[in-house]
Amino acid sequence: MPKMTMVDALNTALHQEMEQDDSVMVLGEDVGVDGGVFRVTEGLLDAFGEKRVIDTPLAEAGIVGTSIGMAIFGLRPVCEIQFSGFSYLAFHQLEAHAARMRWRSRGAYTVPMVLRTPYSGGVRALEHHSESREAYWAHTPGLKMVIPSTPRNARALLISAIRDPDPVIFYEPKAVYRAFREEVPEEEETWPIGKAQVVREGEHLTMISYGAMMRPTLEAADKLAQEDDVEAEVIDVLTIAPLDHHTFAESAKKTGRVVIIHEAPRSFGPGAEIVARLIESSFWYLEAPIRRVTGYDVVIPLFAYEKAYLPSAGRVLAAARETLESPA
Amino acid sequence: MPREVVDLPYQVEYLSILDEDGHVLDEDLEPEIPEDRLLRLHRTMLLARRFDERMLHLQRQGRIGTFAPVRGQEAAQMGIVAALRESDWMVPSFREQAASLWRGQSLESFLLAYGGFYQGNELPGNQMPEGSRNLPVAVPVGTQPLHAVGLSYAIQYRGQDDVVVTFFGDGATSEGDFHEAMNFAGVFQTPTIFVCQNNQWAISVPRSRQTNSETLAQKALAYGFPGRQVDGNDILAVYVAAEEAAERARSGDGPTMIECITYRLSMHTTADDPSRYREEEEVEEWRRRDPLPRFQAYLKQRDMLSDSDIEEAEEEILGEIQDAIDGAEERMEELANEELSMFDHMYAEMPPYLREQRDQLARELGRKEGNDA
Repeated sequence: MPKMTMVDALNTALHQEMEQDDSVMVLGEDVGVDGGVFRVTEGLLDAFGEKRVIDTPLAEAGIVGTSIGMAIFGLRPVCEIQFSGFSYLAFHQLEAHAARMRWRSRGAYTVPMVLRTPYSGGVRALEHHSESREAYWAHTPGLKMVIPSTPRNARALLISAIRDPDPVIFYEPKAVYRAFREEVPEEEETWPIGKAQVVREGEHLTMISYGAMMRPTLEAADKLAQEDDVEAEVIDVLTIAPLDHHTFAESAKKTGRVVIIHEAPRSFGPGAEIVARLIESSFWYLEAPIRRVTGYDVVIPLFAYEKAYLPSAGRVLAAARETLESPA
Repeated sequence: MPREVVDLPYQVEYLSILDEDGHVLDEDLEPEIPEDRLLRLHRTMLLARRFDERMLHLQRQGRIGTFAPVRGQEAAQMGIVAALRESDWMVPSFREQAASLWRGQSLESFLLAYGGFYQGNELPGNQMPEGSRNLPVAVPVGTQPLHAVGLSYAIQYRGQDDVVVTFFGDGATSEGDFHEAMNFAGVFQTPTIFVCQNNQWAISVPRSRQTNSETLAQKALAYGFPGRQVDGNDILAVYVAAEEAAERARSGDGPTMIECITYRLSMHTTADDPSRYREEEEVEEWRRRDPLPRFQAYLKQRDMLSDSDIEEAEEEILGEIQDAIDGAEERMEELANEELSMFDHMYAEMPPYLREQRDQLARELGRKEGNDA
């Protein structure tokens, strides 16, 4: 099995899907000749030509609105917004049309498109290049919201997203793009959208996270095992919407203690929804208050202070220990 | 030469064929449309007018909700769609009842949709006749031309020769998405026809406050394709402009913008009172250019239509509209208890949490859980 970075894995998924389905199109700013500013679309132009790999004018609503029209026709556009911080210029196209066309037309017209865009902090970037605002999309009925965390699940989820009959917002954790390599099998793999994954089994505590925050979360889980003799169960959410609360509920019923970790701002963030669903499903099993380790409710600072903003393994560990210390 | 005038490839042309009394101004410009098609256009225009009037009454009686009357803009819409093939696509805004009737939408579907039932969009033969290529209405102003660009890019990619028409108003030309759509269409040379129904008013704001440009059509020149003005109350001129634009698009020569100079004789929507912002004299002046009597005068001059034909058609149409209202109101009663359908068509497959919410509503309404609406 080849070892790949997340960038390689996403690039492989795009090559494979474009190879086997000529309705898959790639469009966005700098996705052609330049291969994307993070090189996720590298080589696609040479392999599939400029009709299918389209360097567009610099206009986010234009990219998304055009993708919607292509998708209604029956193509499967995979558009790229260069940074998620610029996706809001296309917010209305997603909210007013991509999310609603199936509903509005009572199933006559559908929008099977994917919007790929990098999110997350930790790469010493400019303003608007580091944020984590998945809640906007997850709050919009009709959209699906997916965030992979490793090269292998990134490839599997991107293939699933491209084949999905509904519009999928696909957030790529740019802090993970080239952070590590993972074995990715040659043969095709998919992962169902709407399904979380238990990536580490344990009985004392449930840790729920996703995207770039999976690394500090897993690091904290390892420390708990080494230093505290505590086995944490770690769940990778993978799909923010539709949220798979049954997997969380099962785990919470088993451990009775839950910590949720994300870098998005705390208020109204995905963690708030996960807490609410756990209260509804598993309240009588909880042995301690659920804790959230999140970004703060501020604009993510420029990179001089971003380390202090982003949840670290240490912050996760401290929250986990508090949760474990609460009386049963 | 330190200073010289840059030569632009296009000029803005204004086209009209009929004068205000329906006389042909230049017979060389008169399109060759078969008589039966002309008469069918007239029949549909008359239907659109009478249906509009009746819907206004229904709204005032509280039997349907808010809608945007089409009165005065029938020629600007029908001249365009009459020049299309069935396989061409139409991407409307929210006032295209006349165009939609020509493209096969039923009266019942409008009544259901404006009566608050999305099922108006659902039934085959209604809002979207089976296999039709009419997108549903787009309410956010100016957002839909981009969908037309995407559709037309896809048509071109698949090597087909259909074209896509998108309708919008003068107000929409101030929206960013309109400009992004025009720019993408110009860059990719897509088979798109941008039809601006310049009806002079965006609710209370006049055309002169939307842009300082002399014409709206000239916006196309900035994006590298032709833009032209037509007398939008002259169905023949609109038809000729559309036919030429469709021909250009089909033969791979790219997009065209058509600015139909027309007038909204009625209100923006039924929630609006135009007397707050415009003078009655102005409306009166435009009533003299009403597209319907003008088209009728033309057909009479060509001996295709008589007063008794019109009378007969009027009577038939009143009956047709009444039947549609009776049918739609009956259907609305049948549909009144189908609230659970609100969970349908959110996704291809209903996610588990939506199923749970649907069951919750079913319990609240005292309906059987999991009952498929």
